[in-house]
Amino acid sequence: MTFRDYNLTGPANARAIASGLVTESWYRTPIDRKVMKALMKRSDHPATRDTIILVVLMIAFAVGAIVVMPSWWALPLWLAYGVLYGSAMDSRWHECGHGTAFKTRWKNTVVYHIACFCMIRDPYCWKYSHVRHHSDTIIVGRDPEVAIMRPVVVVKMILNLFGVLDTIDGVKRMVIHATGRMLDDEQDYVDPVFFPKTYRTARVWMMIYIVTGAAAITLQSWVPLLLIGLPRLYGCWHMVLVGWLQHGGLADNVLDHRLNCRTVYMNPISRFIYWNMNYHVEHHMFPLVPYYRLPELHEVCKFDFPAPNRSILDGYREMLPALWAQRKDPDFHLRRGLPTTAHPYHNGPLAEPQLS
Amino acid sequence: MAQWIDACSVDDVDEEDVIRFDHGDRTFIIVRDHEDNYYCTDGMCTHEDVHLADGLVVEATIECPKHSSIFDCTTGEVETPPACENLCTYPTKVEGDRVFVEI
Repeated sequence: MTFRDYNLTGPANARAIASGLVTESWYRTPIDRKVMKALMKRSDHPATRDTIILVVLMIAFAVGAIVVMPSWWALPLWLAYGVLYGSAMDSRWHECGHGTAFKTRWKNTVVYHIACFCMIRDPYCWKYSHVRHHSDTIIVGRDPEVAIMRPVVVVKMILNLFGVLDTIDGVKRMVIHATGRMLDDEQDYVDPVFFPKTYRTARVWMMIYIVTGAAAITLQSWVPLLLIGLPRLYGCWHMVLVGWLQHGGLADNVLDHRLNCRTVYMNPISRFIYWNMNYHVEHHMFPLVPYYRLPELHEVCKFDFPAPNRSILDGYREMLPALWAQRKDPDFHLRRGLPTTAHPYHNGPLAEPQLS
Repeated sequence: MAQWIDACSVDDVDEEDVIRFDHGDRTFIIVRDHEDNYYCTDGMCTHEDVHLADGLVVEATIECPKHSSIFDCTTGEVETPPACENLCTYPTKVEGDRVFVEI
């Protein structure tokens, strides 16, 4: 298959179902139940600590930037604030959407809704979007969260490094929701019972953005927009850079997360911003394991997984040539070796004969 | 006609844990809560066909291992989406060291 139609309402959806790709028979590394039970155990402590640090840093950077404006010293402070708003909030959206960050449910809900606002992602649509992403990871015509579509278009990737296309899409969806409508793709994966909540959320958010814009005009200042809204653009680069590594250059239309996800060792700052989603094979295979136990899960699973990339740079050294090749050859993908202790890959129904 | 079936030993299920129980062509789960009460519900999540026996038990709730839908094992009710449909529950009783379910 060369041509790829990522439209969820197009024929690729039905094709994926007909070919047996829409199934629960994904490969899972066998792990002793007692070990898995311990890994799934929740605690409020790590996420509460990290949330306090995040909020304090955001306030400190924002206040610092406002105080030193119009000095150029404000620039790095705004950039730091922006990364926490436009990138760290993405991982908070993700982990709290899974309900795994905090043991206490209301804490997950509160942080989830704040993060959804920052990322301009409707809480209900994106809950179901991510559910589908986990059901049908990188299945063409089924997965609504394919970050790098094939053939790879470099211009689109550069625009998204600054959140341009995603933000336009988020604003478009918010406006449509505020008028009481859903998009066709959302009707494919969102339970209709949540449509009214989506409309209500969009209307509240639009009011916040209108007030923010009005404040900027009234005060003749960029500060309100630098605080709310614009960081989604100027601060999302970290989310995009580490997010591309999740699946970039790897296989699509397979039923084994070891084939379509990548685990990358990262520095502590990136791991704080990203909430350990660098352990991405582990996360997809066992999504109930909270982010703070993923390093332990990684140790348990690594006998069965391809070797992780040693750093972000190492990940890009592997991924970029594959993406470059996918500009012309959408079927090209990486297939990494497994350790001798691993179970063989579960390629799925569309597998071509493999030598290993 | 429902009948009482010997499902497992009380020790087969750890505290705040779950096991899978297959009977005929159907799949169930036996859940033991934090106060040593036992519950039996359908074994597959109502959202997608995922075995709840791989999920997380907290007190008397079971969380689906795939998409985190949470069900109250005492009533089968959905507590958090994406599932919207409740689980069927089945009466249980403990006699000696055996857990029986009425299915």
